[in-house]
Amino acid sequence: MAIEVRIPAILRGLTGGEKSVEGSGETLDALIADLDSRHVGLRDRLVDDAGLRRFVNVYLNDEDVRFLGGLAAPVSDGDTVTVLPAVAGGMS
Amino acid sequence: MRYDSLLDAVGGTPLVGLPRLSPGPDTRLWAKLEDRNPTGSVKDRAAFWMIAAAEKDGLLSPGTTILEPTSGNTGISLAMIARVRGYRLVCVMPENTSAERTQLLEMYGASIIYSPAAGGSNEAVRVAKRLAAENPDWVMLYQYGNEANARAHYETTGPELLADLPEITHFVAGLGTTGTLMGTGRYLREHVPGVQIVAAEPRYGELVYGLRNMDEGFVPELYDASVLTSRFSVSAADALRRTRQLVQEEGIFAGISAGCVLHAGLALAAKAKAAGRPADIALLIADGGWKYLSTGAYGGSLAEAEARLEGELWA
Repeated sequence: MAIEVRIPAILRGLTGGEKSVEGSGETLDALIADLDSRHVGLRDRLVDDAGLRRFVNVYLNDEDVRFLGGLAAPVSDGDTVTVLPAVAGGMS
Repeated sequence: MRYDSLLDAVGGTPLVGLPRLSPGPDTRLWAKLEDRNPTGSVKDRAAFWMIAAAEKDGLLSPGTTILEPTSGNTGISLAMIARVRGYRLVCVMPENTSAERTQLLEMYGASIIYSPAAGGSNEAVRVAKRLAAENPDWVMLYQYGNEANARAHYETTGPELLADLPEITHFVAGLGTTGTLMGTGRYLREHVPGVQIVAAEPRYGELVYGLRNMDEGFVPELYDASVLTSRFSVSAADALRRTRQLVQEEGIFAGISAGCVLHAGLALAAKAKAAGRPADIALLIADGGWKYLSTGAYGGSLAEAEARLEGELWA
């Protein structure tokens, strides 16, 4: 088992075109560091000094990680993490 | 109930129980039916309050052109009010929205400028901001940053919910401009200790996220994350399944965003029940299903319906 991470089209240049990649770690921060070791540059596109970048949304099993502790959010095998760019919502 | 005019009939929508979808007598779901507004969506509240605020500020006079980026509902609300009040309306709308929206806007006399499908509402915002700069005499109400949008819900939706459901534990609504959640959320937090304010946002097909780079992302100026307690991303498949469930089990024919909200609401209900905590969860049903019939969301298999929504702004 591992953690599945879904990558948006705009970042697939860093994953060799793969729509989803696998990684491991105890927290989101560790997971991103693990991914960055194989997909160099990914961390820099997701994270800056203040935490997750402003226009990056990350969902852990469909829930926004900013409400689960942000980069410190615990993750475990079998979880699905989805990365999406922030866009203007629908119904507006 | 009697009103002096259609505009006086904005708000005051019913809150109805969902006895078949609720997990039990101590874990109840409630639906606030915003399709019962004059043009059939929650956006009548924001549109009415934004125009009233602009009138008060002296920005509008007969014949003034109002400009607004919209994926449909806000445009339809503004078009009706503009028609009644004697303003012109120019809507900037992504081209991948349902045919009904175009027909309704044209019926009310609005002009439509289409923005590219790729990039979704972000592109509509960008095009509208450019048009506003090019036409300084036009008035852009700008629902994503207009404080009157959130205030409409602070002054109306929030108090209505508290009056009808004093025992409310959760409020769930679509994110969109964030006006509904910010205004209603602030009001409820001030009056109900521990209330949970939960956003349900649609997870679209890739076309909608077709930005050239991450810096083109967009967060509405109204958004204040501290008002929310959690935020769920809901796939088209889950939203469609729940939208159909609303019709089949409760008889409520709602737009697809209601499926998003129900999906999040059921997850919260299950969590509360498992923890043995009583819950009264209010779901904001933003509109009825009529404007989405042409998307094929309600017929055929779920897989077919999901395939048809790929690339569309479906909520």
